[in-house]
Amino acid sequence: MAAHLSYGRVNLNVLREAVRRELREFLDKCAGSKAIVWDEYLTGPFGLIAQYSLLKEHEVEKMFTLKGSRLPAADVKNIIFFVRPRLELMDIIAENVLSEDRRGPVRDFHILFVPRRSLLCEQRLKDLGVLGSFIHREEYSLDLIPFDGDLLSMESEGAFKECYLEGDQTSLYHAAKGLMTLQALYGTIPQIFGKGECARQVANMMIRMKREFTGSQNSIFPVFDNLLLLDRNVDLLTPLATQLTYEGLIDEIYGIQNSYVKLPPEKFVPKKQGDGGKELPTEAKKLQLNSAEELYAEIRDKNFNAVGSVLSKKAKIISAAFEERHNAKTVGEIKQFVSQLPHMQAARGSLANHTSIAELIKDVTTSEDFFDKLTVEQEFMSGIDTDKVNNYIEDCIAQKHPLIKVLRLVCLQSVCNSGLKQKVLDYYKREILQTYGYEHILTLHNLEKAGLLKPQTGGRNSCPTIRKTLRLWVDDVNEQNPTDISYVYSGYAPLSVRLAQLLSRPGWRSIEEVLRILPGPHFEERQPLPTGLQKKRQPGENRVTLIFFLGGVTFAEIAALRFLSQLDDGGTEYVIATTKLMNGTSWIEGLMEKPF
Amino acid sequence: MDCYTANWNPLGDSAFYRKYELYSMDWDLKEELRDCLVAAAPYGGPIALLRNPWRKEKVASVRPILEIYSASGVPLVSLLWKSGPVVSMGWSAEEELLCVQEDGAVLVYGLHGDFRRHFSMGNEVLQNRVLDARIFHTELGSGVAILTGAHRFTLSANVGDLKLRRMPEVPGLQSAPSCWTTLFQERVAHILLAVGPDLYLLDHATCSAVTPPGLPPGVTSFLQMAVSFTYRQLALFTDTGYIWMGTASLTDKLCEFNCNIRAPPKQMVWCSRPRSKERAVVVAWERRLMVVGNAPESIQFVLDEDSYLVPELDGVRIFSRSTHEFLHEVPVASEEIFKIASMAPGALLLEAQKEYEAASFGKCFLDRFPPDSFVRMCQDLRVLNAVRDYHIGIPLTYSQYKQLTIQVLLDRLVLRRLYPLAIQICEYLRLPEVQGISRILAHWACYKVQQKDVSDEDVARAINQKLGDTPGVSYSDIAARAYGCGRTELAIKLLEYEPRSGEQVPLLLKMKRSKLALSKAIESGDTDLVFTVLLHLKNELNRGDFFMTLRNQPMALSLYRQFCKHQELETLKDLYNQDDNHQELGSFHLRASYTEERIEGRVAALQTAADAFYKAKNEFSAKATEDQMRLLRLQRRLEDDLGGHFLDLSLHDTVTTLIVGGHNKRAEQLARDFRIPDKRLWWLKLTALADLEDWEELEKFSKSKKSPIGYLPFVEICMKQHNKYEAKKYASRVGPEQKVKALLLVGDIAQAADVAIEHRNEAELSLVLSHCTGASDGATADKIQRARAQAQKK
Repeated sequence: MAAHLSYGRVNLNVLREAVRRELREFLDKCAGSKAIVWDEYLTGPFGLIAQYSLLKEHEVEKMFTLKGSRLPAADVKNIIFFVRPRLELMDIIAENVLSEDRRGPVRDFHILFVPRRSLLCEQRLKDLGVLGSFIHREEYSLDLIPFDGDLLSMESEGAFKECYLEGDQTSLYHAAKGLMTLQALYGTIPQIFGKGECARQVANMMIRMKREFTGSQNSIFPVFDNLLLLDRNVDLLTPLATQLTYEGLIDEIYGIQNSYVKLPPEKFVPKKQGDGGKELPTEAKKLQLNSAEELYAEIRDKNFNAVGSVLSKKAKIISAAFEERHNAKTVGEIKQFVSQLPHMQAARGSLANHTSIAELIKDVTTSEDFFDKLTVEQEFMSGIDTDKVNNYIEDCIAQKHPLIKVLRLVCLQSVCNSGLKQKVLDYYKREILQTYGYEHILTLHNLEKAGLLKPQTGGRNSCPTIRKTLRLWVDDVNEQNPTDISYVYSGYAPLSVRLAQLLSRPGWRSIEEVLRILPGPHFEERQPLPTGLQKKRQPGENRVTLIFFLGGVTFAEIAALRFLSQLDDGGTEYVIATTKLMNGTSWIEGLMEKPF
Repeated sequence: MDCYTANWNPLGDSAFYRKYELYSMDWDLKEELRDCLVAAAPYGGPIALLRNPWRKEKVASVRPILEIYSASGVPLVSLLWKSGPVVSMGWSAEEELLCVQEDGAVLVYGLHGDFRRHFSMGNEVLQNRVLDARIFHTELGSGVAILTGAHRFTLSANVGDLKLRRMPEVPGLQSAPSCWTTLFQERVAHILLAVGPDLYLLDHATCSAVTPPGLPPGVTSFLQMAVSFTYRQLALFTDTGYIWMGTASLTDKLCEFNCNIRAPPKQMVWCSRPRSKERAVVVAWERRLMVVGNAPESIQFVLDEDSYLVPELDGVRIFSRSTHEFLHEVPVASEEIFKIASMAPGALLLEAQKEYEAASFGKCFLDRFPPDSFVRMCQDLRVLNAVRDYHIGIPLTYSQYKQLTIQVLLDRLVLRRLYPLAIQICEYLRLPEVQGISRILAHWACYKVQQKDVSDEDVARAINQKLGDTPGVSYSDIAARAYGCGRTELAIKLLEYEPRSGEQVPLLLKMKRSKLALSKAIESGDTDLVFTVLLHLKNELNRGDFFMTLRNQPMALSLYRQFCKHQELETLKDLYNQDDNHQELGSFHLRASYTEERIEGRVAALQTAADAFYKAKNEFSAKATEDQMRLLRLQRRLEDDLGGHFLDLSLHDTVTTLIVGGHNKRAEQLARDFRIPDKRLWWLKLTALADLEDWEELEKFSKSKKSPIGYLPFVEICMKQHNKYEAKKYASRVGPEQKVKALLLVGDIAQAADVAIEHRNEAELSLVLSHCTGASDGATADKIQRARAQAQKK
């Protein structure tokens, strides 16, 4: 069912099965027919863990979305609330429970907190006088959700904002818990590296939690060799740039949510003769994107400019395969051909879909504005003209381009210049407020607090040093047959991934100076293993590194890490974990504040 | 060895019983056992003696003494009894001593005489006094059954979960029953009592007369009754000297015996062994002990001293002033080994062992025999020998040990404070730490904290030294114990070693160390825990102190701010005020301004915000806010003057709306007032006029002065509105750098090619070439190719 999770070096299906088991156990605790009332945000992530069929097997007959007033009628024995531990949701639940019709059949209430029970919430329920109404109040520690064979995400929307803006470490605590779960399933990770304030805290919590669990010695042979914890604010630059891999662009343009993308339907109408008059579908085309689809796995991480040639090559192979039928003469040959047919048809369907998507994307990437924007981004990233007002940005504001696009560019410029000159910064800010409205001053404050936008403060611009030492800009980038991670941004090598790469070889000692410039401490911790569990690596065997992005990661960064994983002499394979899969747009959007 | 069978006594043809000494008791009793209330716990448990009970008319001023001994007679405690008269005593399964007082109060003591708790058997019992009481053990726990002065029974099947049950009345009962016992069937406790020749069974609701099958006539009274250890069998002793032995359900008779002694026996207990077919009852009189069973003859022993019988799972313990003996049926295995002329393998092996003096002789002749059971048996024997030692005094048999389990045995060692032995056993048996050593150490620590003569420092250090980070030790449990003993400081010291904040924090809160709890919660990173402490603190402290506490804890402060943002906005303001955080105060008032309905209110809130920004030295935000106020007022005036909707439009949109509405003058004025840069104003006007499709005005505008944004945007915007005609007008005015682009936009490919060739610009040439897609563009394409070729020649 989720075979693609087990293709990688680490079988993430083990994790999926563990969380499924936990879910089943909870459902079985509430004997009899059930209705689930969903905190809507949870439905997406849950979809990756359990389909409706699993719930149905455990007598879930109805599903509702959590909202105020009375619950819909349902002839079930149990009502289970699946919620995040948030006070405002507790108020709604209390309203539901209190307005329950007393004349109707008695229904048992239960709460499943995801991912953690909260005393605060229970106190609120108590204050509202409904705590006693719940028979089971449990937690479902769904911290890290497997997205793909090498990818885990907590899908915690507000993590970056909470950590870096509001000083709320809840998501870091959950991250640490998630890592403990992972270690319980995949063995203790012997080495922990980290860079950044949040990374330090997560490592501290892990070490603390390990002390709490000392009773149960983990006797699982460690699968991961090391863990790298990275703060998003160590590399604020990367997510701001437009991702140029296939998957990255799909995300930039259409937004991928819980591995699904919704696309305009026009391009997906099967081209058949004779029904030209048929009206176009109006509902968006929804596609799941993961490595279960062979073709997608092959092209997702390529620079978009290299996708076309793969698609046309595939097209030729597939039509050649279909042509084979003419050569099938004997019954045996025909039988063999027919047996391959389903696979071939699936491949053809997949190819058609991706050809359509590629066309959609190409319409965008070939537009003049996209080209202009990219040019500006690349100038900034290579350090050209980062310290004065940029014409293109000015024009974008004047033409009232989407605010997020403008903010992304201004922030990119600020980050690429270690802050803007006060005059330049004030100019941009004033332009933005006058054009888009004064209410956005709150958003600007947020961006400043997060360090995305800042005035230059004395000292020298450290960006050139970082760029040079880490080789963040590569001029002769090969998009078709890449030799370096910089292909994912057609020239810019994501700083975060470069740090991971350098950690693996030759080690961070070589870049001490740069590490000191980047914010937050860098550190290394060891978790001693009993001798029986210490790994003796075979010559040529790759290390497995779990890299955890605290505050979000982009698909382009993931692509870059996958590129490093598959290098013949790379020496390290990566499994990626994050608080949220994101892109510059969703990131900035999360930091925006709309007071009305 | 030869005389091993010397103390074997046959009972019938099939079984032997033997009695041997466990310990010689040197407990230095000052009085006779018969003068004491005696309670001896099964499984080789402790013996409690309450001397000088009240039934003897002694001098009232002398208080009785309660003494507790191990089974080997080692004194554990001796204390003066200061409470009321005791009727009966017994041990619970947890080896707690239950003393039933005459008034129905049950006092519970620990093994070391420490008072634990007390409970009452109810008002009815209190009024009618206790005539007799029994402590009994079932799978439900330890129970108490009481016979009151009104000849009614009250019982609780589990004193751990006290539920009193008053049993139904026996009709016409005028005097106390001659004997009674508790039965246990189908998980319910019953009472069987004898009144004259009749037997009554009391259950939950009914009283029914019962008759044992096969009881000979002539019985006028039952003198004694005994139920077996497992509640399966029952024995009745009648005034005719006849002993009836049958099932406890009174459905079958198993056997009978007539001893011809009519004197009431002092005690009668079952002596059987699990899984054995033999049934036997031991009856004790003053100086005589008799084992009777399914045999015409009985086994008789003489009792030299006052003795007391303790029924066990697989036999009977008999202790007196000087000895402690065990009487049991000889197991089949022993019988096979030691019976005279036995040819069983075990017997042969024993012979061989005698010859060759090898301890585990014979083992090496067995191949493919898993050694586990042999090893396990050796381990078990070693453990049994250790606990049977005189100093320890727990004379367990193998069957008892297996029934009790090692966990319970360890608990009992811990209860006796025999920590080192318990730990040695754990290590020897290699028990997992959590089940074994950790548990024992934790118990030890809980005991340690009660030693009030040792300083907090020393106790804490001693505990940590011994426990260290031993897995599974709960420091918070130990701390809770210390707190229970009133040693708060020690509890806090111990909590320092607790790694689980989830355990640590609630206890600290309970001990009213909220501030410490707060820092511990923060350390853990568990924000929910921090919130819990914060709300606790908020209720506990006055506002000023609460804020001060927060001030020193930045992480808690930010969390509390988040809480306030959603729950208590006013408090949030106070927090910012306290910290002189003018920047955030400014933002706060900005946000607040949007909740104001009236424009005056909004402006006032914005003014407060602006003032705050000034205080924060955030010149830009202050000015911007003032601009916003100015704009709001202006928009209000515009709405008044012109109608339509202006409020909350951005400045840019306000100007656009004015232009679209034809109010150019006002638009110009506004742009000047707010110093909109020329370039943006041009873009704005251009877009607005194109949207209006007011081409005339657009042209006028384009000629008003030299465009600061060039003329390409004009071309682009016209093309966007599909007006090629207008677009072409501006294409000619586009500067040379963007000329080619403009010409291509309006579709003039030929001219674009000319310009590109003129510019000799390769990029422009390719751009034009890429546009040469139509059939008519062939000539242009050739022209470009030629130009390229020429350029290369040069």
